[in-house]
Amino acid sequence: MIEIEVKKELLGSLGKMDLDVNLTIEAQSFVALSGQSGSGKTTLLRILAGLEEAKGRIVVDDEVWLDGFKALPPQKRGIGFVFQDYALFPNMSILDNLLFVRQDKALAKELLSMSELLELAYRKPATLSGGQKQRVSLCRAMMNRPKLLLMDEPLSALDPFMRNKLQQEILSLHKTFGTTTIMVSHDPSEMYRLSSRVVLLSQGKVVQDGDVKSVLLRTQGSQKFSFEGELLDIIKVDVIYIAIVAIGQQIVEVVLDASEALDLQVGDRVNIGTKAFAPILQKWEKK
Amino acid sequence: MLEKVMALEFTPFLLSFKLAFITTLILFCISLFLAWSLAQSRSRFKPVFEAITALPIVLPPSVLGFYILYALSFHSPVGRFFQDVLGIKLVFNFTGLVVASCFYSLPFMVQPLQSGFEALPKNMLEASYIAGKSKIETLFLVALPNIKPALMSAIIITFAHTVGEFGVVLMVGGSIPGETKVASVAIYEMVEIMDYTSAHIYSGIMVFISFVVLLCVYIFNRQESHRLGGVV
Repeated sequence: MIEIEVKKELLGSLGKMDLDVNLTIEAQSFVALSGQSGSGKTTLLRILAGLEEAKGRIVVDDEVWLDGFKALPPQKRGIGFVFQDYALFPNMSILDNLLFVRQDKALAKELLSMSELLELAYRKPATLSGGQKQRVSLCRAMMNRPKLLLMDEPLSALDPFMRNKLQQEILSLHKTFGTTTIMVSHDPSEMYRLSSRVVLLSQGKVVQDGDVKSVLLRTQGSQKFSFEGELLDIIKVDVIYIAIVAIGQQIVEVVLDASEALDLQVGDRVNIGTKAFAPILQKWEKK
Repeated sequence: MLEKVMALEFTPFLLSFKLAFITTLILFCISLFLAWSLAQSRSRFKPVFEAITALPIVLPPSVLGFYILYALSFHSPVGRFFQDVLGIKLVFNFTGLVVASCFYSLPFMVQPLQSGFEALPKNMLEASYIAGKSKIETLFLVALPNIKPALMSAIIITFAHTVGEFGVVLMVGGSIPGETKVASVAIYEMVEIMDYTSAHIYSGIMVFISFVVLLCVYIFNRQESHRLGGVV
């Protein structure tokens, strides 16, 4: 069980803001931390790792990590941390990167074989692909069998295929080691697959906290489905208007009448939902 | 001509290289920690320390030489302490030259090391702390092995710069043959007595050695940056 109660003044993109977070995290759970950039997610993660100063209290399994301003240094926390840019040591082989954390060759080899990296054990990180580097980084983070694993957007630099594969690996490592995991993520499908709880931060405060569905599903009331998007353009065609909206990586057209169109401006964040019919789901590519 | 070469004294060269070797060794040990703490420091006073470290670059060697000479002489408490308590005389001998050279060449060791450390990804050092390693362990196991080009530059440039020292050496050491008369001072004296042939030979050797040393640094740095795939 992890109790977090931290306060810190941050200089965000919108001027000063206060990070003020109160959370209790169950042991062995998988929590996704989400929110727009500049909302304080990474800072919170770094405070948990002891890499950033803050005021408050952090207690992990009766061990006090932060009490007022008095913080346990990162060296003594025994955590695992996966950085977005891997942060491997270029001067060491893959195996040595793992052994740097703890001289436990058996565990290092077990982790590497779980991630299909055993053959690359004696290579230097510079010769690996992005996906392989991040797997090494993940293995390295597990080397001291951490009570707490922190991941800062670990998969955001990888292509969708690699992301998918690594999500499976993260999940199996999480289950094998029973590690409490906190992951910063922007990707709803990733959060859905991996986490049991999603905490949404905005301007340094927790604005939503609950199971994946209650936080991530966007439908309200009797809506059958609903998406968030950005209005790219409004085109007038005779008496109607056509709105072009970007939803994730896709662009869709929606017909509007004049009164609806008047209220909208290009660049607005919009919700697209429907109630009248059941959406049809068709497979277009097999997994 | 050949007789002239054979008859030349090479002690000044040996002295120059001995001085450069010892100075580089001492400065490496001091600067490693100084550069590491400067690179890590977030203190308000960091610019003050940086400015002090860089002073020898801008100060005329005569100014530096004058202050060092004064500080090491019997007229200052430091010089008196060394002479009275430890029995070490620090001016007009080789020991004094080493002390003066350490001040004079300090920035050439500190600055490349510091910028090497500062260019390292912060995450890499943090990953080492999280792995349980202290700052000193991180310095030797992670930071230092990953700034090899900067390290190489620092050592070679400091060495070469000390070999090329003139003003400070002349002021603090005088020109005592076999003790403080290094190559650069010897060349100055040759020109003064209009022995141009010897001056040519000495100067030619200096140009050649300096060029070879610098060439080695650049070739090494090129290979190293290829090997690390442009990481550092």
